[in-house]
This record gives sequence, structure tokens and C-alpha cells, in this order.
Amino acid sequence: MTHQLPKLPYAQDALEPHIDAVTVGIHHGKHHQTYVDNLNKLMPGTEFADATLEQIVLKAQGPIFNNAAQVWNHTFYWEGMKPNGGGEPKGELLAAIEKSFSNFAGFKEQLSKMSVTQFGSGWGWLVLKKDGVLAVVQTGNAANPMTAGDVPLLTCDVWEHAYYLKYQNRRADYVTSWWNTINWDAVAARLNAAKKK
Amino acid sequence: MNTPDMNERVTRRNLLRNLGLGVAAFTARPLNRVMAAAGEPLHQPPTEFTLPPLPYADNALEPHLDARTMEIHYGKHHQAYVNSLNAALKGHANLLSKPIEQLLKNLNDVPEKLRTPVRNFGGGHYNHVFYWNCMKANGGGEPAGDLAKAIKKKFGSVIAFKQLFSATATRHFGSGWGWLVKNRKGDLAVVSTPNQDCPLSHGQIPLLTVDVWEHAYYLHYQNRRSDFVAAWWNVVNWDAVAAEFGRQ
Ligand SMILES: [Fe+2]
Ligand SMILES: [Fe+2]
Repeated sequence: MTHQLPKLPYAQDALEPHIDAVTVGIHHGKHHQTYVDNLNKLMPGTEFADATLEQIVLKAQGPIFNNAAQVWNHTFYWEGMKPNGGGEPKGELLAAIEKSFSNFAGFKEQLSKMSVTQFGSGWGWLVLKKDGVLAVVQTGNAANPMTAGDVPLLTCDVWEHAYYLKYQNRRADYVTSWWNTINWDAVAARLNAAKKK
Repeated sequence: MNTPDMNERVTRRNLLRNLGLGVAAFTARPLNRVMAAAGEPLHQPPTEFTLPPLPYADNALEPHLDARTMEIHYGKHHQAYVNSLNAALKGHANLLSKPIEQLLKNLNDVPEKLRTPVRNFGGGHYNHVFYWNCMKANGGGEPAGDLAKAIKKKFGSVIAFKQLFSATATRHFGSGWGWLVKNRKGDLAVVSTPNQDCPLSHGQIPLLTVDVWEHAYYLHYQNRRSDFVAAWWNVVNWDAVAAEFGRQ
């Protein structure tokens, strides 16, 4: 099957001023698109030619994994944000966060730390562990928590391309601003879906 | 304009040159000892790692590497590696006084708890010093002499070497570095290392490097890493590479 670049779920400038339109445009239109294109070039003739994106992420290695996981991770990243996002989660999600991290502020601090301290390219994540507890993790390059059996709920892209035009070396400032874009309804829906599985 | 800062830079550079310390001097602790010589007794062991001066002005590599990129790359990123390395090794005078090459060559001799900071921050320090010294204003062109001979012998031609080096650097996935190294057997090889890993830690001797962390090129080239690497060849300081090759 041919993989497609999902449409950005909002306008390129929808996350301003936290994430600028030029960054979003290049990030989605060039970086994300390139991962899709590379994946489609690598697929033919492999055991993954007819696999879903998630199956590839779970089973592949090397360049096929790298490109497939980057396609998946970026789509997940875009869908975790929205214009006028941020604020605090509610209901079951908030309860789950408070149970696992003592309180929302503590969780924010821990996920920020994971994102800021990931050395080199990578991602910070909120995940649901097998035992039902929420946790924050960091992964390098394209790595995705699903391969460790965790269910991703929210991610922050900390490849330098995600923030360099606006924030340069100040990754911590980008992560602080990123919180203002979170689509908590999307995160809550992910938790819900995971619990039904 | 002759600012005190510029005078200081020139003086330090001349000092190094006069002492017969080549490119390697910038990468080594002797630099700190030289810097200490300005106001302190020469024999005092260094107490922490310091950011050596950039060997040219921020805008010297224009238009290939823009001044703003150089300024942030050197003044923020490189400085941060030096600061983080000193912070991580605080209280370990025996490690802080060693040349950074020595720590990276013998990572296993570094206490386990400090190995990752030395690998990441120490590597970040060494690799950037090495990178700055691989470049110069009005660089580029072709290698000459024994270095050119060795490159042709190993890779067939200088063009073939450049193609392999560019492809290796461009295709490296994520943050990292492209390198020309001399391996244990004395053979030239083109390799890439992730993040701030240093060839010294793999028993290889660095001869030439290009930084392919996105911060090295994003302001000017964005996602077009291959354009950056193509432009970077125009600032390569082949004399410095030849000096490293000859020294080893
Ligand atoms: Fe990204
Ligand atoms: Fe760098």
C-alpha cells in the first residue's frame, strides 16, 4: 500500500505564536512529507509492502522503521495540538494524571524534563503502561514507545527542526510554549480508546 | 575595528602557533595552559574545560555558513557543552585536568556514572573544536600532497571520496557527524557517529568532520542537509586536515 501524508489538522499559522507558521509549513510539508516519500520508496518487495503503518512501526528495523516511525510520530504530534489549545485536562484523563504523577503541575514538569533532556534528536512522550499507570518517557531519533508495549498518549517533537527557526538553542522555551498548543480532548480520546482495547 | 576581544583572540592564536601547536592544540588541554599563561603561572593545572576562541570571525565562512548560525553554534551550543561538561565533572579534579582526547579515548576508564556526560558533553566539546578547525575563510579546493595520495589510494579519487563523505553525512539519521578517520590499521575510512559520539572512543583518529546536527545548518538550509554539505566543502581547511594526517 502507498502511504500518504495526512493533511495538517489546522492551518499552518494556527499554532502561532507558540509554534510559528514557517516552522509548521516546513515541518509538515518537507520533513513529514520526506519520511512518507522515503517509506514508499523502501516498501516495494519487502515483507511490509502490504502492512499498515502501525504494523511496520512494531516490526521493522533500520531505515524502514526510521521512516515509518517518523511518519507515525509526526501525525501523532500534529493531532496532539490545536489552535487555542493548552490549559488543563479534565475528567478521567486528569484523574489518571493525578493518580500517576501526584498532580498536573508535577506531570508537566516531568514531561518537560523528559523532552528537554533527550540528548540529540528525539521525542518526549506521555504513555499508558501495561499496568494501567501513566508515565513519561523519552525516545531517540524515530523510536516509538509502542515497540516497548506502551500506548502513546501525547508527544513533543524535540528534533531541532521542530523549533530551531524560532527558538534556536532554547529547547526549553519551545517546550514551555508547546504546552499552550495541547489538544487535551485528543489526548483524552486516546486514553479512552486505549482502555477499551 | 580592533576591539580588546579581537586582540585577545589574535594573541591566543599566535601563542599557539608560536608554541608549534597545530590544529590539535585547539582540541587539547594545552590550550588551557596557554590561556592561563596570560595571567597565571604556567604550571598550574587546568581546573576546568574552557571554550577556545573561534579561529576566525563569525562571518568568515559566509555565504556557505552564515554568521548567525556560527554565532549561535559556537557561542551557545558549544559553550553549553563546555558548561555541562564542567558541571558534570565538578569535584573530579583528576578528570577535569585531563586532556579531553584522553577521556574520550578511554571512556571505560571514566567512572561509570560520569561516562555518559563525558561521552555526550565531552564529545560535544571535542567534536566542535575539531569542526571549527577543519574550516577556514576562503577554504575548499582540493587536498594536496600525501593526504591526496592516501585519499586517492583508498577511495579511487578525490571526487569519489567527496561523494562517499557527502552521502554518509547526508544520510546519517538524526543528530550526528560525518568523519574522515584513520582507523586502527592506519587505513582511511569515512564514517558517521550519532549525537556527540567521537571516533576517538572507537579507536579511530579524526581527520575531517562535518556537523550534521540540524542546528549546524537549519537557519540557512532548513531541511536541505545535502545543500549544506555541498556548500560546506567550500570552507574546508585542507591544510588543517593534512596537518592532522601528518601528525598521526
Ligand atoms: Fe519532526
Ligand atoms: Fe553542533
